[in-house]
Amino acid sequence: MEHVTFSYGETVAIRDVSLTIEAGDFLGLVGPNGSGKTTLLHLMLGLHSPDSGRIELFGQPVDEFDQGGRIGYVSQKATSRGGTMPVTVREAVTMGRFAHAGHSRLTDDDREIVDDSLETVGITDLSDRRINELSGGQRQRAYIARALASEADLLALDEPTVGVDAESRDAFYKLLDSLNDAGITIVLIEHDIGVVTDRADRVACINTELFHHGDTESFVESDALEQAYGSTGQVVHHHH
Amino acid sequence: MERTTRRHLERVGIALTGLFAVVMMLFLALEWLQEYPYAGTLYDQYTVAGMWLDYYLGTSVFGYSFMLRSIATGVLVGIAAPLVGTYLVHREMALIGETLAHTAFAGVAIGLLFSATTDWDGSLLAAALVVAVIGALLVQFLSERTNTYGDVPIAIMLTGSFAVGTLIISYGRGGFSGVSIEDYLFGSAAVIPAEGARLVAILTVAVVAVVAITYKQLLFITFDEQAARVARLNVTWYNTLLIVMTAVVVVGAMQIMGVILVAAMLVIPVAAASQVAHGFRETLSLSILFGQLSVLGGFGFAISQGLPPGGSIVVVAIAIYGLAILASSRSGNAISMH
Repeated sequence: MEHVTFSYGETVAIRDVSLTIEAGDFLGLVGPNGSGKTTLLHLMLGLHSPDSGRIELFGQPVDEFDQGGRIGYVSQKATSRGGTMPVTVREAVTMGRFAHAGHSRLTDDDREIVDDSLETVGITDLSDRRINELSGGQRQRAYIARALASEADLLALDEPTVGVDAESRDAFYKLLDSLNDAGITIVLIEHDIGVVTDRADRVACINTELFHHGDTESFVESDALEQAYGSTGQVVHHHH
Repeated sequence: MERTTRRHLERVGIALTGLFAVVMMLFLALEWLQEYPYAGTLYDQYTVAGMWLDYYLGTSVFGYSFMLRSIATGVLVGIAAPLVGTYLVHREMALIGETLAHTAFAGVAIGLLFSATTDWDGSLLAAALVVAVIGALLVQFLSERTNTYGDVPIAIMLTGSFAVGTLIISYGRGGFSGVSIEDYLFGSAAVIPAEGARLVAILTVAVVAVVAITYKQLLFITFDEQAARVARLNVTWYNTLLIVMTAVVVVGAMQIMGVILVAAMLVIPVAAASQVAHGFRETLSLSILFGQLSVLGGFGFAISQGLPPGGSIVVVAIAIYGLAILASSRSGNAISMH
């Protein structure tokens, strides 16, 4: 994305942000509450159109991008609807194939890919359960499995571990690590800076403007964090 | 093992429902074509069968073609309404049906006004259908603008269209002849005209076909609209499709259920099914089965007590819902505590 600016009415949410994510990156997106992290992610994915600037996804202008299967997206809200709607884990994961199948019927290949995805995240035994019967950590795995089923090259995760216990969270981030090692690009919004510096290899720190974008070491050494959070926010540090 | 038996039973139920629907649709087709040779003879067989049914049950309703026509309409509505309703309920749009029914009511009033003041001699249902679809698109437009399916646009449309309807009818009082507004408000088994029943048959086939083709897309936008957008599904188009289908179903169902009760068929069987189903596909099947049971049970109750079918169907549906809650709290697997 180049020189991207976006406002909600009068309020500027993103100002002049330029940022490139390379294939295979594990990018942690950090910033205080209300800093525009989610908005920035939505802009990257084409859920919002920028007021000015240019955004490309896989080298294509984002509004013309049509290979929906290449992106796996887990939103903050994703878990809320899953809380009431009667959908089995397998059904939810199968949705990852929908962008590929279009209006035609799902094939045996599609079903095989779904089985493999369930196995990769380790929830095969839960596949016939209703998704609202799962714990937070298991549910997040189901959403990752959906992204894997779509054979996504890019995983976009918006605070995926809110409400997930510490142990499952660790396991979840190990899973992300191994997916990243397998070549999947990951963009992760996370309020826990510790997780980002532990896991991500690049960090973008924003508060309306981009304060830092580079590898994790240079982020830790820089004062971007203090600048971005200013006096308004509390930095969340966790020790692992 | 228990689960496979259950799945098996559901399949049998759906197959029987489908078969019954086809038999009743054939009746509507024969009624339409009764002046042609063979068709007339076959058509008569239906009334003869109805008379036998009357004989065994000690009733005197099934031998009349208008009654068979009402039952046929009910059976078809009992399929189409829960089918569309399953998506609506889980999109948290349960009251959209109620809104569009009121819009359709305004459509009936506009149709009456037109036929009283001009030479137009079209069907009131066609007018209701057109106005309800326009209303559906308007609600869709408003909710896109306000960026949410909040209930404010819905409340405005609901009351607004009903207000227009009552104004037109009051204005034309005395001038509109031969139509009982009460029949539209509360539904009636006796008023369904042959063309109304045929319209329902056509619309039901269309709705079932559209849902069969777009099942995956509608499921995805219902479950996770943002992810569906990211997967580059045309969410606005599918939302519009769903809401237009709702308008279509509502106009069909309105004849039996009445404007005020029509939302029940979209919502209650789905609520019951969601209590006990394990997944979405099962919810769809059970919604249709529960919808069908409500319609048949409701007709049975209405006929035996000499009451209108609309209210009877709703009461039976709610009884089924109650049983579903009991069943799910006993097995303890469907109610989640998140």
